[in-house]
Amino acid sequence: MTYFLQQLINGLQLGFVYALIALGYTMVYGIVRLINFAHGDVFMIGAYLGFFAIGSFHLPFPLALAFAMAGCAVLGMAIERIAYKPLRSAPKIAALITAMGVSLFLEYFTSLNFVFGPNYLAFPIPFKVTVYQVGGLSISTIQIIVFATAIILLVILQYIVQKTKIGMAMRAVSYDKETASLMGINVNMVISLTFGIGSAMAGAGGVLYGVAYPQINPFMGIMPGLKSFVAAVLGGIGSIPGAMLGALIMGVVETMSSAFISSTMRDAIAFSILILVLLFKPTGLLGKKGSEKV
Amino acid sequence: MKIRIVPIIIVLLTYAVLQILISTGFLNPYWQQIIGFAGIMTISALGLNIIYGYTGQFSLGHAAFYGIGAYTSALITKSFPHLGLFGFILSFFAAGIVVALIAFLIGMPILRLKSDYLGIATLGLGIIVKVVFDNADAVIPKLGGSRGMGGIAHFTNFPWIFFMTVAAVIIVRNFVYSTVGRACISIREDEIAAESVGIDTTRYKTMGFVLGCVFAGIAGVLYAHLYAFLHPSNFDFLKSIDVLLIVVLGGLGSISGTIVAAIGWTFLLEGLRVLLPPQILDWRLVIYPLLLIVVMILRPRGLFGGKEFKFLKG
Repeated sequence: MTYFLQQLINGLQLGFVYALIALGYTMVYGIVRLINFAHGDVFMIGAYLGFFAIGSFHLPFPLALAFAMAGCAVLGMAIERIAYKPLRSAPKIAALITAMGVSLFLEYFTSLNFVFGPNYLAFPIPFKVTVYQVGGLSISTIQIIVFATAIILLVILQYIVQKTKIGMAMRAVSYDKETASLMGINVNMVISLTFGIGSAMAGAGGVLYGVAYPQINPFMGIMPGLKSFVAAVLGGIGSIPGAMLGALIMGVVETMSSAFISSTMRDAIAFSILILVLLFKPTGLLGKKGSEKV
Repeated sequence: MKIRIVPIIIVLLTYAVLQILISTGFLNPYWQQIIGFAGIMTISALGLNIIYGYTGQFSLGHAAFYGIGAYTSALITKSFPHLGLFGFILSFFAAGIVVALIAFLIGMPILRLKSDYLGIATLGLGIIVKVVFDNADAVIPKLGGSRGMGGIAHFTNFPWIFFMTVAAVIIVRNFVYSTVGRACISIREDEIAAESVGIDTTRYKTMGFVLGCVFAGIAGVLYAHLYAFLHPSNFDFLKSIDVLLIVVLGGLGSISGTIVAAIGWTFLLEGLRVLLPPQILDWRLVIYPLLLIVVMILRPRGLFGGKEFKFLKG
């Protein structure tokens, strides 16, 4: 039983990191209907920015986090401006392929030797790690920091989206872009901001991932990016609570399968569950049932 | 059926020229293998073009069927080496049947999902199949699992590649301009409208999906007996992306576009390897996505944008 709870905690740790990435996917999809395949690589850049902030500039954890989030926000907005904006009126698939191009570019450019290099780097941990024993379960400082940071960021995001004017603008644009612009909303700015916030979240996810699983390399964003995207779809793409729910489920399922069934089959099990859910709830767990107008 | 003389002559001439270049040793084995890959990617991309370009079903799991075809055929030729060339031909049929069966069983429930969700489901499928490949040696040791499967006979040579590719083009072209093909196109254009004029969308979607996957399987057979070594990492999500890239780059719903893009893409990657001086060879994989982004921004509908060469039209 304690083993089960222990794995549950590990799963939630992974799930919260996935949640931070999944939010970016779901927000961008909600607003421009684009699957931003480059998002996983923004996550990777966040981890590297954290690596440099802590390792080279010796910043304390909150500042390093802020640095990574700011850097990723800028990167995300730049990618949107350069690669996606020209394709806004083009067929969706063109933007998708461009997103893949950006993803490949980020991966291979950072693996060049004069940038980050292709090797695994060890992520420095900027605070003292103690393992607390609570009723037979081990909880380390790392897990507490991951939970706390993720939950704080998620609450802040929820506040921004639901309670501020800019959040209302974001929701309006994702509902109906043309009408939102008729209502005086600067759609371009809102889209840039959405990319920026989503990327900042991914950057935070990168730093937390680096802290929790301290090996980083330029290709580390592929699988977590994929799984977070699947999590966003699982929860209902376009829905922020859905992305959080989907990500936590994915994290827990992956960790549990690895612990109780087999670690080589864990991806297969996680994705099988996804397919099963989609077959019964085609728009995801919390997705809105869209009605098709003929 | 109109027999068009000019295209036939051009095809035979191209074959003759290339075959002479190969037999006289002008094109060394390295380039022969590249030509082989170009043909294989063309067949695979034509398959995805049927599924996505013509029927509008967004499938991100194409590499899975490519792999199933490859592994099935390799298993046959490795298990019955005394059958020689006949075993190779048999393996085509075996691979085709296995791929068709799996595509049918999976397609039936999955194809009712809408575009982006279908993409995710097929993506998940691709990953599941790859994990199966990784662990396959637990059930059938010959398959090698994550150690890879080697020692496959080199049956694929230039004549096989060339004529299978030509056959694939002919089949796709005839499919597209047939009743089934037109039904599929109507599904891509507007599924609800197609249903309301009486087209059984489930049936035609499944047909298109199965046919496209069989193409991938056949390409896999050729690949297995060309490269002679199979490893699950060759059949992962990134491989599916490569094929999708080619189909979109060439222009969705354009056979000519797919052919040009598949051959061009293969030679571009190799050409970069040849052109770049060794110090900046690593930049090959940086330049490639940049070119991709530029092409997509400049021509979002793909190189051929739905148009065809004259001799392929119906």
